[in-house]
Amino acid sequence: MSNRFIPLEPMQPRERIGVYVCHCGSNIAGTVDVAEVRDWAEKRLAHRGVVVARDYKFMCSSLGQELIAKDIKEQGLTRVVVAACSPHLHEQTFRKACQMAGLNPYLCELVSIREQVSWVHTDKHAATDKAKAILSGGVERVMRHTPLEPLHVPIHPATLVVGGGIAGIQAALEIADAGFPVYLVEREPSIGGHMAQFDKTFPTLDCAACILTPRMVSAGNHPNITLLTWSEVTRVDGYVGNFTVTIRKKARYVKEELCTGCGVCQEKCPKRVVDEQYEAGLGFRKACYIPFPQAVPKYPVIDTENCVFFAKGTCKACQKFCPTNAIDYDQKDEYLSVQVGNIILATGYDLFDARRVSQYGYGRLANVFTSLEFERLSNSAGPTNGNIVLRDGVTTPKTVGIIHCVGSRDRNFNNYCSAICCMQSLKFAHLVKERTGATVYNFYIDIRTTAKAYDEFYQRVLEEGTLFVRGKVAEVTDAARKPGEEGKIIIQVEDTLVGKQRRIPVDMVILANGLEPRRDAKEVAKIFGISCSADGWLIEKHPKLDPVATMTEGIYIAGCATGPKDIPSTVAQGAAAAASVLGRIQQGEIALEPVRASVLEERCSGCRICNNLCPFNAITFHEDRMVTSINAALCQGCGTCVAACPAGAITGTAFSNEQIIGQIEGLLMRNLETAPVGAGQA
Amino acid sequence: MSAYLYYPGCSMEASALAYHESLMAICEPLGLNLDEIEDWNCCGATEYVGVSTTPAYALICRNLALAKEQAKGTDTVVAPCSACYLNLAKANYYMRERPSLGEKVNAALAAGGLHYEPDSLIIRHLLDVIINDIGLDTVKSKVVRPLTGLRVAPYLGCMVPRPDYQKRWSDHEHPNELDRLLRALGAQVIDFPLKTHCCGGHMTQIGPATAFELIRRLIASAQQHQADLMATVCPMCQMNIDAYQAETNRHFRTNYRMPILFFTQLMGLAFGLDPKRLGFGREFVNAQPALSRIGVEVPTNEAEQKPPRIPGRRDKNLPMPRMPGEEEN
Amino acid sequence: MSDTFEPVIIGFTCNWCSYRAADLAGTARVKYPPNVRLIRLMCSGRLDPTFVLHALANGADAVMITGCHPGECHYIEQNYKALRRFLLLRRTLAGMGIEPQRVQLVWASAAEGARLAEEIARIVEEVRALGPLHWPTSTDLYGKPFSEEEAFSVTKETSAPAEVNA
Repeated sequence: MSNRFIPLEPMQPRERIGVYVCHCGSNIAGTVDVAEVRDWAEKRLAHRGVVVARDYKFMCSSLGQELIAKDIKEQGLTRVVVAACSPHLHEQTFRKACQMAGLNPYLCELVSIREQVSWVHTDKHAATDKAKAILSGGVERVMRHTPLEPLHVPIHPATLVVGGGIAGIQAALEIADAGFPVYLVEREPSIGGHMAQFDKTFPTLDCAACILTPRMVSAGNHPNITLLTWSEVTRVDGYVGNFTVTIRKKARYVKEELCTGCGVCQEKCPKRVVDEQYEAGLGFRKACYIPFPQAVPKYPVIDTENCVFFAKGTCKACQKFCPTNAIDYDQKDEYLSVQVGNIILATGYDLFDARRVSQYGYGRLANVFTSLEFERLSNSAGPTNGNIVLRDGVTTPKTVGIIHCVGSRDRNFNNYCSAICCMQSLKFAHLVKERTGATVYNFYIDIRTTAKAYDEFYQRVLEEGTLFVRGKVAEVTDAARKPGEEGKIIIQVEDTLVGKQRRIPVDMVILANGLEPRRDAKEVAKIFGISCSADGWLIEKHPKLDPVATMTEGIYIAGCATGPKDIPSTVAQGAAAAASVLGRIQQGEIALEPVRASVLEERCSGCRICNNLCPFNAITFHEDRMVTSINAALCQGCGTCVAACPAGAITGTAFSNEQIIGQIEGLLMRNLETAPVGAGQA
Repeated sequence: MSAYLYYPGCSMEASALAYHESLMAICEPLGLNLDEIEDWNCCGATEYVGVSTTPAYALICRNLALAKEQAKGTDTVVAPCSACYLNLAKANYYMRERPSLGEKVNAALAAGGLHYEPDSLIIRHLLDVIINDIGLDTVKSKVVRPLTGLRVAPYLGCMVPRPDYQKRWSDHEHPNELDRLLRALGAQVIDFPLKTHCCGGHMTQIGPATAFELIRRLIASAQQHQADLMATVCPMCQMNIDAYQAETNRHFRTNYRMPILFFTQLMGLAFGLDPKRLGFGREFVNAQPALSRIGVEVPTNEAEQKPPRIPGRRDKNLPMPRMPGEEEN
Repeated sequence: MSDTFEPVIIGFTCNWCSYRAADLAGTARVKYPPNVRLIRLMCSGRLDPTFVLHALANGADAVMITGCHPGECHYIEQNYKALRRFLLLRRTLAGMGIEPQRVQLVWASAAEGARLAEEIARIVEEVRALGPLHWPTSTDLYGKPFSEEEAFSVTKETSAPAEVNA
């Protein structure tokens, strides 16, 4: 029978390859027979140049790294393959280890037998075989690697911070205080975010405005901060160190350079509309408005949807009364383009829409409130001046029920815990008790008071006499069943501690609705080239070890954009992101992966097939010489042109045809068939 | 003209004759073409599945198998009765989810030369078809005598929106389909909080006290919201609230007079059809006083129940003086 | 091993989405059949159709190509180019008598670990149903049938093919 394979060329191993198989504790060793993989590599891949194969408990530990370094020095290794976790986790670790031992870091290959094998397979035999195949692919690939030097890119000292909540403010202030310029972009007319809407902050009960306003003012006045409110980022080009960001500055219809923030326009504006944003739908604002008294910047905005002038062409009250003639109805959206080196996203969260839990009656029953509504209700600067009253605006409730976990920890909505609602509900219980003396019920599944001084606050609320019912509320209804229920809202709940169904009539219900990703999180992630989890939260580079970086170099995330967080954690993340950015700026430049395409001009036939493929315009055609060339500074390394070139004239470093073909053969165990030259004498 | 396979179910021929008559009457204006499944049998109602699974599902699936054979250009089976709808949908679902059950059922069906492949038919409730296929715009266009001023409590009962195998309803606790339909007829729809609560089902037979409490809650809440009448999509709900209202009243010493009609009857009225064709007069609690509010005359049950109030043993209350202008009832 | 045919599938993944989806499937401990062996590319646009041919010619029973969802490419639009090449390649292979299910395209974002695992399971089953790809028979250099079992065993002496040089 003739052999229909084209046999691989028998070759004398040119390279001395070291293979290192990691146990990762029992993470890999529990499913993959690590020792067998090592023995197999040592014996069966020896003719491909494997001179040493070792296994170790934790290759990424310093001892594991020293093992590699020692072999490089003593055994003269020219290539290293580590079979461990995903390259996204530890590629840099092992490259650095090789570099320390004097080997070019790009001659090291990390193959994943944890994420791709041990964690996803259960059959030990099949998993071990797959690990062998993957390792074999890595060996075939690494022998075709070439030494590379990283590309060095200067870091632009300016930073873009997106989102002017407490996380963004904190990050912007840290960087600005260190002496570097910051662009702080906020979608709303004022910075402050959700925190500006709160009344008190748990567990210390200090007033949110009192601690936030000074920060807002500092951010507004800081010489290093360019504040761009009522603005949105529409486009991001470039890469780490050198982003070009396009920002749409929406028309305010107010000339900021003339406006003094006196507020006369707001006072004189005849059009009153429900304020869905700042007052959470519980209060009113004008069509020409400053969102709240402490707003930064202090300039008003004209809401063109509701403005009488924009609708009917008459009114102009604001213009008539403005003492500095700052109103300009002809203002247009402006597009700014700024250069920055790094970007911090602190885009925050949306509240879960309580209407979705229809059995809790929000939207149908007047006296069912959301947590944010209650924040406004209890805020002394809010629509009721801090009086806790029913929706009729006057009646003080005598009994109040607070329902936890609305839309959180619920398979019908979100599986995750929203982290803040327990403490927020306890805070509400305290405020209701303190201000109205009402009887307060908390309906909870579990109480989670895990941070500093949180549980003490829980004890305090317990001692104040708030009642706690453990059980998930089935229904909130106005359908009275028994005497005493008429005119009340009845909370039907299974009290799991008593083991009984209970019906508790109350005057007011507060729903502790959970936190959700921003509605447009996916679009934002797309603009900035990062990814969202299935829930919609932005994904961090590593959930524990790199919580503010993302997989995209130069883009950092902070605050609730990555998941529900309380204020202390949010502030900590803002500062952490700032510290990461400052570290980058201080370095002055960054080393980038040298994954680039280049043209071998003598092979280029000038067919121009590749010319239209590059979205980054890195490919240019030289009419004079009839050849194409690639600008390495613009090339992003996707390799589409490499795959397209019919002459094979374009090569992609780190992902060359030879490397990939080699890996394919390795994965399919074709390399086992090639005999080394002179193997018989071995 | 939209054509559907039609599974009427037993109630439509007996207790819910009013539903049947009114549905037949509104088919024409709505352009609804119902092709009744030949030789259909009972779906087993709410009990049989609890008694013995395989024969129960075989009983249900016989209808589906017959429907599939009869299907001409449509794969949709429409059931007006909530219990029938749920049973058909449930049988289809479990035949798919539990292939072993499917095999047994098909083995049973094979004895009659029948076979049913799960998911080869789509099972829908009449209300769903009217809302989503015919559409409220069409319904509105047919309204000639809007029910303006009539306060209606929309009552779906528990079997329609749950468990919602095909994700057809807007919400499982407070679906708004019936509300929207009644509003399209011009009625004033109250926000009925118990619209998907249970009417007691067959508890009237085995645990009347339980059923009466469930019935009382529904009527009390409708009354509390000042509803003139209730509208339902379910023969079982209609029967419990209508036929057992007097007994419930006796049980609780209350005096509720809450009429309950099928939504199709109200649709017929709004379309200006002759009330004689809409099954009026079959209800125990007379709907005429409520309908008089909007100036509609319907046939009434001559021998309307109104049993003489039998004083109970502990009934020592003196009769209340009748207030001037109070309706004679 | 049992008698069931275990196909070998080469999967090409994009560094930015599907490779991360595979990582995520791992982190989330989602289980899928071990028949797919992945290769990381920077982008699905890097996929040279000859890679697929090479894989099939060297013993793979199928090839899975993965990339970012349309419109979500890290390099803006290169996955569309991968799509074009894929469609052309499939037609070409069909002309060569290879079932279209043997080359499959899957879009998977970095968040879709579970989905990727599902797709892998689906593809493995489809290919299992098709049976081995007898394009070139799997033989070693010397015309001897080359079995999977043999390849993975530790005991085989490295000097086995010594007679060549003898």
